[in-house]
Amino acid sequence: MNRPANSSIHHPGTELYDMGLDEVVNDLAMPEPEPELAGPRPGVLKRLHRRFSVLGMIGLVMVVFWLTIAVIGPWIAPYKSGALSSVDVFAGSSHAFLLGTDYLGRDMLSRILYGTRYTVGLALAAALMASLIGTFFGLVAAVSGRWVDEILSRLFDALISIPSKVLALVVIAAFGSSIPMLMGVAALAYIPGAFRISRSLAVNVMTLEYVQVARARGEKLFYIARVEVLPNMIHPMLADFGLRFVFIVLLLSGLSFLGLGVQPPNADWGSLVRENIGGLAEGAPAVMMPAIAIATLTIGVNLLIDNLRRRGGRGQGAAQ
Amino acid sequence: MKAHASRLIAARLGLALLTLLIVSAVVFGITGLLPGDAAQQALGQAATPEAVTALRHQFGLDQPALQRYFEWLYLIVTGNFGTSLSNSLPVSQLIATRLPNSLVLAGLTALVSVPVALFIGIASAMFRGSLLDRVLNVLTLSTVAVPEFLIATIAVLVFAVKLRWLPALSYLSEVSSFGGLLRIYAMPVMTLCCVLVAQMARMTRAAVLDQLNASYVEMAILKGASPMRVVLRHVLPNTIGPIANAVALSLSYLFGGVVIVESIFNYPGLASLMVDAVTNRDMPLVQGCVMVFCAAYLLLVLIADLAQIISNPRLRQR
Repeated sequence: MNRPANSSIHHPGTELYDMGLDEVVNDLAMPEPEPELAGPRPGVLKRLHRRFSVLGMIGLVMVVFWLTIAVIGPWIAPYKSGALSSVDVFAGSSHAFLLGTDYLGRDMLSRILYGTRYTVGLALAAALMASLIGTFFGLVAAVSGRWVDEILSRLFDALISIPSKVLALVVIAAFGSSIPMLMGVAALAYIPGAFRISRSLAVNVMTLEYVQVARARGEKLFYIARVEVLPNMIHPMLADFGLRFVFIVLLLSGLSFLGLGVQPPNADWGSLVRENIGGLAEGAPAVMMPAIAIATLTIGVNLLIDNLRRRGGRGQGAAQ
Repeated sequence: MKAHASRLIAARLGLALLTLLIVSAVVFGITGLLPGDAAQQALGQAATPEAVTALRHQFGLDQPALQRYFEWLYLIVTGNFGTSLSNSLPVSQLIATRLPNSLVLAGLTALVSVPVALFIGIASAMFRGSLLDRVLNVLTLSTVAVPEFLIATIAVLVFAVKLRWLPALSYLSEVSSFGGLLRIYAMPVMTLCCVLVAQMARMTRAAVLDQLNASYVEMAILKGASPMRVVLRHVLPNTIGPIANAVALSLSYLFGGVVIVESIFNYPGLASLMVDAVTNRDMPLVQGCVMVFCAAYLLLVLIADLAQIISNPRLRQR
């Protein structure tokens, strides 16, 4: 079963980060981690340091920070979500309102803390859906016959050639905008990318000897996919999951920014920027702060993944 | 052009057409298979069921789905995208008035971003592992992750609010001189370029590095060619294909990026037309815009494929 791992229509989302060639070389130059059994176990900090560069550490801290906020945000917010707490609209930073107030005089810090759930939660759910469904179909395409593979590949290639924002706009035009719909749209837009990656990984694994042996043993396709192939592509798929998460955060906040995403009174970070865009001329922090929140989250994930691929990418090396 | 290359080109063309066909089916499937929605939308909530049924019949929405799809497809192939629901103008006319604006924006962006990105990408590949390369890596990695509206709002804040050099919104009627052109396009192009340059530079770097690992490069170095000569004379001709691919892929990002940028700067392009259509749930207009976007995307990919085939002498001469 030697099929080409790549088809002709490419996708920026999947190719942008495929630059691992020189990084793999760096990987080999890294000192092998000494066996853990010999001598006293190195401290947690030391082990962390071995796996993470400074930048990777910064990424990890940002990601963990926002994940924590997503869970505990509403409890630590100084004001209730919709509370009109000040008569001063678009106020600057002050002691009572650390990040100023928005266009109705609501506390911006609380708005952002409440919004974290929407931005992070929605994107996590959508990325999870996209990766799971994409991986499932990728596996199906790789293990089953030529025709199934061909049909699935053509279908997903076609989906990929609709830019994700445009596809999202079409679906929202047809079905309107609600929380489950947004999740579905974001997942739909990024399933094809996940499919392509998982398929090409699985096709590569399928040519390896232990899969041939399993086939010769007469194992069922489902067994081969689950036991032989899937565990060997889990690491690159995890890295891919992170990238998909970044793209989905950007997509959803872009939609919210256009007024087509999360609808008032709820607000994710993208809607917060939209609501307060009127304060831009006054240089109010209410416009910049939510946008900066998005940037710290996405840059954090990017730095973390870049780091994991360079230093912890042994799983990926094995599958390639 | 010999038989082998022409056959490859024909295959690519066929693939692109097939993809466009599937795309049209998907788009129609999403937008067209909601019977009554368009009629209900046009008449509003208070419409009587009889009126909705009548309008549905007038729109042809009571026909079987497959028949409607093929009728729709036939109309599109003949260049008829239907009539906009919100202002009763032909969709093709609406698109024709907006498309040139978007093309100018995209063209200017490409004109600025491609040379910059190629320079950055090739430079960071040449000095792989150096401080310059690392700094550029982190910079580009961060820039691709930043939402367009952050860059746009910062640009407005700095250039329109603080420095007062540029207007915050684009009014195309003011284009009379080169200076006026610059004033209007500076910020939208700048915003689009930021993300685009980062993306393209990363992919260019990867493409060049891929070639730098090849054995012919080692040979060239061993025979004493200078690093500059190795890159310019030996590597670059071999990377035209991959780089064309990278450029096409990045430019295809424009189709998503313009959606946000045109809305922020109130630029009268195709993307803002589409956003308005989505807000008004004007389905024929949405369908038309999507098909134009997808056709443009496929055209870009096709051009990159052709560049790859043509730049490869092994395919050209056989």
